[in-house]
Amino acid sequence: MSTTIKDPETTEPANMDLPDPEIVKKELLARYPAKVARKRSNQIIINQKDEDGTFTEIGANVRTVPGIITQRGCSYAGCKGVILGPTRDIVNITHGPIGCGFYSWLTRRNQTRPASDADDNFMTYCFSTDMQDKDIVFGGEKKLKLAIQEAYDIFKPKAISIFSTCPVGLIGDDVHAVAREMKEKLGINVFGFSCEGYRGVSQSAGHHIANNGIFTHVVGKNDTIKEAEFKINLLGEYNIGGDGFEIDRILEDCGISIVSTFSGNSTYDQFANAHTADLNTVMCHRSINYVADMMEIKYGIPWIKINFIGAASTAKSLRKIAQYFDDSKLTRKVEEVIKKEMPEIEKVRDEVKKRCEGKLAMLFVGGSRAHHYQELFKEIGMKTVSAGYEFAHRDDYEGRDVIPDIKIDADSRNIEELSVEKDTQKYSPRKTEEEMENLKTKGFEFKDYKGMMQDMAKGTLIIDDVSQYETELLLKLYKPDIYCAGIKEKYAIQKSGIPMKQLHSYDSGGPYAGFRGAVNFYHEIDRMVNSKIWDYLKAPWQVSPELSAKYGWE
Amino acid sequence: MLLRHTHKEILPRKALTVNPAKTCQPVGAMYASLGIHNCLPHSHGSQGCCAYHRSALTRHYREPVMAATSSFTEGSSVFGGQANLIQAIDNIFTTYDPDIIAVHTTCLSETIGDDVFQITNKAVKEGKVPPGKHVFHANTPSYVGSHITGFANMTKAMALYFSKSTGVHNGRFNIIPGYVEPSDMSEIKRLAKEMGIRPILFPDTSDVLNGPQTGKYKMFPQGGTTMQELVSTGDSMGTIALGPLASADAARALDGKWHVPCRVEDLPIGLSATDRFIDALRKAAGVSVPDSITRERGRLLDIITDMHQYFYRKKVALAGDPDHLIPLVEFLVQIDMMPIHIVTGTPGKAFEKQIEKLTAHLPHKVNVAAGGDMFQLHQWIKNDPVDLLMANTYGKYMARDEDIPFVRFGFPILDRVGHSYFPTTCYRGGMRLLEKILDVLLDRMDRDAPEERFELVM
Repeated sequence: MSTTIKDPETTEPANMDLPDPEIVKKELLARYPAKVARKRSNQIIINQKDEDGTFTEIGANVRTVPGIITQRGCSYAGCKGVILGPTRDIVNITHGPIGCGFYSWLTRRNQTRPASDADDNFMTYCFSTDMQDKDIVFGGEKKLKLAIQEAYDIFKPKAISIFSTCPVGLIGDDVHAVAREMKEKLGINVFGFSCEGYRGVSQSAGHHIANNGIFTHVVGKNDTIKEAEFKINLLGEYNIGGDGFEIDRILEDCGISIVSTFSGNSTYDQFANAHTADLNTVMCHRSINYVADMMEIKYGIPWIKINFIGAASTAKSLRKIAQYFDDSKLTRKVEEVIKKEMPEIEKVRDEVKKRCEGKLAMLFVGGSRAHHYQELFKEIGMKTVSAGYEFAHRDDYEGRDVIPDIKIDADSRNIEELSVEKDTQKYSPRKTEEEMENLKTKGFEFKDYKGMMQDMAKGTLIIDDVSQYETELLLKLYKPDIYCAGIKEKYAIQKSGIPMKQLHSYDSGGPYAGFRGAVNFYHEIDRMVNSKIWDYLKAPWQVSPELSAKYGWE
Repeated sequence: MLLRHTHKEILPRKALTVNPAKTCQPVGAMYASLGIHNCLPHSHGSQGCCAYHRSALTRHYREPVMAATSSFTEGSSVFGGQANLIQAIDNIFTTYDPDIIAVHTTCLSETIGDDVFQITNKAVKEGKVPPGKHVFHANTPSYVGSHITGFANMTKAMALYFSKSTGVHNGRFNIIPGYVEPSDMSEIKRLAKEMGIRPILFPDTSDVLNGPQTGKYKMFPQGGTTMQELVSTGDSMGTIALGPLASADAARALDGKWHVPCRVEDLPIGLSATDRFIDALRKAAGVSVPDSITRERGRLLDIITDMHQYFYRKKVALAGDPDHLIPLVEFLVQIDMMPIHIVTGTPGKAFEKQIEKLTAHLPHKVNVAAGGDMFQLHQWIKNDPVDLLMANTYGKYMARDEDIPFVRFGFPILDRVGHSYFPTTCYRGGMRLLEKILDVLLDRMDRDAPEERFELVM
């Protein structure tokens, strides 16, 4: 018999003693110039499911308002920093002035574990062409070529990639031509990314560019079939704070084999070999769904949305993978693993819940984390009163059903949509049409991301690309017990006397994924929302400033 | 090994920088702007620049670092960022109400040639800058110099934009502290005040980037040079610029514009550089040095004499910024340590010459590079090992691989606290530096000593 884990409740209305969201929204917009208020109004939504099951349309993946103090980053950060950064054996050369390479050097806490000391690991290194003014004036292609040659001579990597920064696109350096030439010359894979910071409206554009590049230049290059059962790719998991290691551990216990992870703890060969997996599982929908879609079309690998954040979600995701493979041995093993892991989780969860129940959380981060982490808060009885993404699209809020209705604006049109076709040799459907239909009739959903709104209570505030100003007001109006976002927001919130948890880099914590990760997270939130330190904000003389009597000194 | 691809054999490199010992101009400009009271830094470029600079400064200081961005899109990159900047100025004043917006450029806006001066004038004409409020800018192309250059350009820009001369001396002294920690800025002010001087320190990030926990967040905290003080710099008796690369331009600009006489000194790191700073202040202001300061100096000297045996002929590798490294090398040589590998990412031949001069009498070969990187430093260390490494946090990867005692020094420090609260400049800062150096050296002796030689008294 399977251990049943109750799904977190999703339908209860928000707390009665919370402020009226209509009034909050009005206040958030009141100070802005009229044009800005109009625009932000579309990005601040009071959660409400309509009778037809759809949600209010949210303005997402739209231009940032200049000067508003956004927390968003750029296309380069999404491409080099997020997607390709965690791969250890590619020499990633930033083509541009020194800053971009410097800031993306080891700052994202992607852990990696080479198999041995003899294996390549370039993640501790930062490679840059450090463009100078003369390169801007006369062009940087010559310097880039020489840099690639030097990188090859010194490091002998199996692949080199090039990341374009803003001025590269403006002066017209053709990094792709340089890559082709050097690939020919050196006999290793060399490929470039046009991920200039001005492309798109956020780091999301960079994710897409990275997906396209890795799919075009690497995926499918190695046809070695791994001798293993139940082969999957884990897409959109970046091994921050060791999340990926915990997921690997659980999958291994279940007997599920990972061909590649995009891109935590990953290698070049994993990417090259990814097309030999039998299922793509997608964690962070926003950053990686493009590759999942393209692999399905070209190689016939179906994809499903899974989520290893939260104990219940982890169990649910494992069961979903087992159901796909439809193998009794695997199903049994998955249930055994869940049964083995749950007692410790329930023990800690119940203990922590006593101290956290009813407390309020806000999450403004990423393109999936602000959704996924709500699960963990629910498990310890905390309510999410407001949440939003930094760089997501409408489908991440409203669900993938809205994709056909999304208007493609000028900024998105600049990002190439690859036209992918069935590979004449390598395409092979993993399931027969009948098997797929069978699964679907049992309620199994492929490509099924339902988005954040579905899981949030009615009347909660959903805010895309929240600004510093809005953050400060939200803190005042809701007085949450914890606020989750990134490093740029961290100390302004903490200075307001509210604990702040980073959900990009986890501060110095983690893993928070999987079963052990859930336990870590319960403890961490318990530590933060029940910390004694906030009782000491005032000095004794600030509590009672008036001297009521003179001390008699003896 | 963390840096497993770094080998002894040094192959020529002309185009590839590996593990930089510098970053780009705008982050230095942002840091300088934060040292003005009621000022919001603004990055005129893609929003990624602003995000990266805020993140870097936030990780280093563990304090709120607010800044706005023009959020260029592909369209603005083609047609220019005028509309974005004017809109940003309007939104910033309406929403956040600072007194000043300090705009710095990026490689993007510099490459397309945006004329920020013209754009801000247009914003004024269009009424986007409320009366009494100010927008000024510095050009900080990322492809020239380093973060130190950016700090220098922004500091010069604030001096030129705000300073006025009424023709009457204000009885004050300008001190430009250089690219140092808020704790160092406080320390420099403290010493000046102790000498009876009323300094105008600019920029001044003390009480901005080392603020207290009060339970109340203020976007514009108590610290920072005020606008009135910046205006008044033109009436000061003189300017002392600490750190030639970071501060000299601003000091000379005030001299050129208002004839405020200036002196450029090294950053007051270590004994002699602090001596020169105090002496320069004394002479310029015509005051005498109080005994309390002489006694501070004596204490620093006392540590050196007490612990000299542990410093003597220890080999040191250094990475950092030129203004810091020059007085640091001088100090280390003075206490009989041997700085033998010295790298800065900031370009400039003068640096190499000066280090060569300072280390000319060391009984050991010295490697020095301006415009170098940490990969090069690591290779030098592999070829000629050292007893101590001083660098920013990135140095810890080398320190672990090579098992070298390590003192964090410079920007950024991402894994320890203290630097923003306790200075490493002036005499007390010198004492703290020596404490840090001794701690790691003696910890190493304790770790490695055979049991019979494990000492209680050291």
